[in-house]
Amino acid sequence: MTTVTLPLARSRVIARRRITERVMAGLLLAATVGAAALLLIILGFVLVRGLPAITPAFFTERTLPQGEPGGGLGPALLGTLVLSAIAAALAIPIGIASAIFVVEYRSGRFAPVVRFAAELIAGLPSIVVGVFVWAFLVRGFIGHYAALAGGIALAVIMTPIIARTVEEVLRLVPGSLREAALALGAPRWRVIVRVVLPTAQAGIVTAAILAIARAAGETAPLLLTALGNLFFSTDLLRPIAALPLQIYQYAASPYDDWHTKAWGGSLVLVVVIGLLSVALRVATRSRVR
Amino acid sequence: MQATSRADRAFSGGVTALALVVPLTLAGITLLIVLDSWPAITRLGLSFVTTTRWDPVHEVFGAGAYLFGTLVTTAIAVLLAAPVAVGAAIYLTEYAPLRVRTPLAFVIELLAYIPSIVYGLWGLFVLVPFFREFVEPTLATWIGPLPLVGALFSGQIVGVDLLVGGVILAIMILPLLLAVSREVLLAVPGNQREAMLGLGATRWEAVSRAVLPYARVGIVGAIVLGVARAFGETMAVTLVVGNSSTTVSPSLFTPGYTMASAIANQFTEATGELYFSAIVEISLVLLVVAVVVNGAARLLIRRIAGNPQGLAL
Repeated sequence: MTTVTLPLARSRVIARRRITERVMAGLLLAATVGAAALLLIILGFVLVRGLPAITPAFFTERTLPQGEPGGGLGPALLGTLVLSAIAAALAIPIGIASAIFVVEYRSGRFAPVVRFAAELIAGLPSIVVGVFVWAFLVRGFIGHYAALAGGIALAVIMTPIIARTVEEVLRLVPGSLREAALALGAPRWRVIVRVVLPTAQAGIVTAAILAIARAAGETAPLLLTALGNLFFSTDLLRPIAALPLQIYQYAASPYDDWHTKAWGGSLVLVVVIGLLSVALRVATRSRVR
Repeated sequence: MQATSRADRAFSGGVTALALVVPLTLAGITLLIVLDSWPAITRLGLSFVTTTRWDPVHEVFGAGAYLFGTLVTTAIAVLLAAPVAVGAAIYLTEYAPLRVRTPLAFVIELLAYIPSIVYGLWGLFVLVPFFREFVEPTLATWIGPLPLVGALFSGQIVGVDLLVGGVILAIMILPLLLAVSREVLLAVPGNQREAMLGLGATRWEAVSRAVLPYARVGIVGAIVLGVARAFGETMAVTLVVGNSSTTVSPSLFTPGYTMASAIANQFTEATGELYFSAIVEISLVLLVVAVVVNGAARLLIRRIAGNPQGLAL
């Protein structure tokens, strides 16, 4: 064994490089831990402050005006369900169709136009979508604030998410499957409906649910379209309550009881969205592996 | 044969019709917003963005203070979020043990699924008191007396201000920045790292001299995307930014207003043609910025990482 002795200057350089390496590794680790800790801190607060609000009445009773104790967020929960259902009913077919259009009919002149438009809409601030739907429906076709306008605003936000995610999924369907089906004499529409879409099914369901989870938490466009409502309502042409809207109104109020209810509403929202996305993550991963 | 091609035509016609709803919606959004802001554009001209007096009673509408608030909060958000997000992305692609990389990234990206209103609630009842009692007095004591930068951290402390607005935005754009930077870094070819490491470089040397220069364009793209997101974010900022002052002051402790929160707060009460039109013109500014900035960011990112999934966040 021979030991190599380095000149003093070189060993100093090596020591400095080693220290830099340690320091940078430490800083990068700190950034990662800090970012992950933020999630835990926020979720912790939502859980601790929201739990006291969770009672059976919280889910079933109607929202009371200030001064009257009790009441719940029943109308808001129902409203969010109604709004999400309207949005899903519109956004899922349009989103899937534009993905099919972009991937399966890509030779068409308009395919890049549809794709680019979806990207730009996805990048719009949601409040801008709210202003558009207000001008188009609340002032225009419907004439007043309405659940339908809120649902359409959410659909505008959901559609590009579905279109872009489904597009990625359709691209993963092997071309050989399409070719095999075409070679057997199947017409193009049958290839898409019977071969391509079933192959991509899991991904399409994921896209739809993620988009619904995203839309269910939107607040800004609903301020200008669905408006809110203290009563249970399923009338599409009347204002309707929504969970994020109710949280906003409660948060901005000066009453402690309403603040607690706002935390409770946030807890419900976060739990539903979290369960959906974690469940999907697990489900899609086990399918891939 | 005849029936088949007819069915094909019907199917492709249906798909095309539904797909064209997307570009038509974009056209409709642009058209209606331009039309409704036209009275304000023609009557207010450039004074709309260059002046700061917003007085609906006297029909004077200068949105300069809103623009200022948006720019300041966005700048704070990016300055805080970018180093953390890029640092975490580097750690998760270059340093972390293989088994924890994906789960840890997933946990941080879960932040993206928390609705904006929940950030707002948390910001208002947790972040605002924390900043009012601890962070801002500390900043005022230590940095306040310094020349130049001191002006940023001086004045009365209320808690709801531009600084807290920027911090909540930083937390909100963090997962997007992380997801996109991570995908950009993953797209850097392995041989770039291996060549440096093979020459005896430390890991940080390989990252800073081989990986980061290669990924630079994509990371800039990720940051620009974060700017676009922060620019138009509404609810969380509205709850914590103050919404009370329309003065432009260098202090970050000033309660401010952003363009998006101005729309959210004033839209339903905007009576009078010019008032309404001025509010819509604010959304036109947001629309134009969103389109330009997003377009630029996506071009930058595509040059490195193709079409990353993180963009869906």
